[in-house]
Amino acid sequence: MKEAYWEHRPHGADIGVCGMGRSKAEAFEQAALALTAIVTDPDSVADKKVIAVSCDAPDDELLLVEWLNALIYEMATRRMLFARFEVQIDDHKLAGKAWGEAIDFDRHELAVEAKGATCTDLKVTREKSGLWRAQCVVDV
Amino acid sequence: MDLKRLQRQAENEWWITPHGKMRVPAIIFASEALMRDMDDKVYEQVTNVATLPGIVKASYAMPDAHWGYGFPIGGVAAFDPDKGGVISAGGVGFDISCGVRTLLTGLTLEELEPVKARLAEALFRKIPAGVGSTGELSLNQQEMEAMLLGGARWAVQRGYGTKADLDRTEEAGCIAGAEPDQVSDRAKKRQHEEMGTLGSGNHYLEVQHVAKICDAAIATAFGVSQGDIVLSIHCGSRGLGHQIGTEFLSRMAATAAQSGIDLPDRELACAPIHSPVGQAYIGAMRAAINCALANRQIITHLVRQAFSEVFPRAELPLLYDVSHNTCKTEDHIVDDKTMRLFVHRKGATRAFGPGHPTLPASLGGVGQPVLIGGTMGTASYILSGTRQGMDLAFGSACHGAGRSMSRHQALRQWRGKDVIEKLAYRGVIIRSRSMRGVAEEAPGAYKDVTEVVEAADRAGLARSVARLEPVICVKG
Repeated sequence: MKEAYWEHRPHGADIGVCGMGRSKAEAFEQAALALTAIVTDPDSVADKKVIAVSCDAPDDELLLVEWLNALIYEMATRRMLFARFEVQIDDHKLAGKAWGEAIDFDRHELAVEAKGATCTDLKVTREKSGLWRAQCVVDV
Repeated sequence: MDLKRLQRQAENEWWITPHGKMRVPAIIFASEALMRDMDDKVYEQVTNVATLPGIVKASYAMPDAHWGYGFPIGGVAAFDPDKGGVISAGGVGFDISCGVRTLLTGLTLEELEPVKARLAEALFRKIPAGVGSTGELSLNQQEMEAMLLGGARWAVQRGYGTKADLDRTEEAGCIAGAEPDQVSDRAKKRQHEEMGTLGSGNHYLEVQHVAKICDAAIATAFGVSQGDIVLSIHCGSRGLGHQIGTEFLSRMAATAAQSGIDLPDRELACAPIHSPVGQAYIGAMRAAINCALANRQIITHLVRQAFSEVFPRAELPLLYDVSHNTCKTEDHIVDDKTMRLFVHRKGATRAFGPGHPTLPASLGGVGQPVLIGGTMGTASYILSGTRQGMDLAFGSACHGAGRSMSRHQALRQWRGKDVIEKLAYRGVIIRSRSMRGVAEEAPGAYKDVTEVVEAADRAGLARSVARLEPVICVKG
């Protein structure tokens, strides 16, 4: 099976994030990296501090929206960027950790802030390749 | 878009006949060229909006319409609360009450030219812009509540601007019915350090010169002449609005089915106006509208301070402040009867015609100023609302150019440094902390704003008054 990865998907006004992983949880972790990449290059972010994030939702797709929105909230209120994620999902309940650091205007080239994850182009599915896909459009 | 699926009712008016679950027609205002380039998703979304309960007359899309969240961006729809009408968080958008205000400066391009680099520096230093920027003002709980209730009126009371500014702001600077208690602690926390900040993305502050007058009489009423310098600010309700949008989108998605609403698209999440969720959202959304009005008012104050460093005697009166992501309660005449409706405008500007009772007397009886943001390399426009527009689409017009290219594509095509150098060669100063942000916002990534404005004018939605071209742009 292929390695996990993330990518951005084109959208007219905003940006689609997509995480692919060997498990649903890993796809969620990769989608979170794609979220960071909207704001800055994830490789420029050091994993100095860890925070815990938890959320739940009626289904997997809304859980992805909740997870990304929880991270957007933490980024906005802590003025932090995140570079590494760990996710556990159990019955539409997510317990996650995010490692990152405070924004450093000298070191991080910042593009645009994420306003919120949306239900547009929203999918959490297992592909024929066996990889899980977790994707949606993020309003910027 | 495949035009065979629509009926052309007028040169710039295209109808989608009700079919399937549509309760009313869908109407797109655009030229044939704009229609051909328009995303098929606009067809799908404007059609979906037409299926929502309580919709009145039609589901509309403006000439700059593009793929949005449930509603198209550039979408307008009015709902009757007494016929099961709904309110939709997606129909307002995440950046609640995002809008544009334009200030007059009393200066000419000739006076600005020798000192424009100094002014650009002063504006860039004074107005917090970009990801992670914070304002100097942080509000305690009591002041946060007062701001959410009072909007720009609160800001003026705290010394950020003048009473004359309020006269030239929609809702006189403060929308009634805001309910700070419906705004979550998380939304308030997200706003804590963001008062008086511009934000990022397509938000900007731009010094512009009036390059062309299209309607001399209305331009005179607006106090605008060829060669004048004006300044426009484009931003919204910042983190507070984003968080309210996020939370209510989830709440409405979870409760729509219980309310008997059959959603063709989850992103169309909505709630009956007469429902606890609907009422809670309306109270919170109005608080976010006040937050946006206060935010633009504080930035106005900072702009005036920056200007005074270079032009100590300059006064910067407000021409007008418009919001283009809202749902407002308005009276409209439908089938010869006055109806109180909830009018959603998502990426659409209110464009009330001459004599409308909510317009300030100081406008001299012309239609309201409609402020259309362009790109940092092309142009912006001032339009004026028309009487005809009141019947066409509940007094609404376009809001901007609309992107023609994704951010991803733009990044592959341009480098921020090159964009800045190219514009500098043309005499436009760009100041931004983010080269990547500048590349994503490159002028070439947007549609031709002139074509959008001409279509709005020809359709009768609003009348072109003046073309503005950029001189200095501070990008978020």
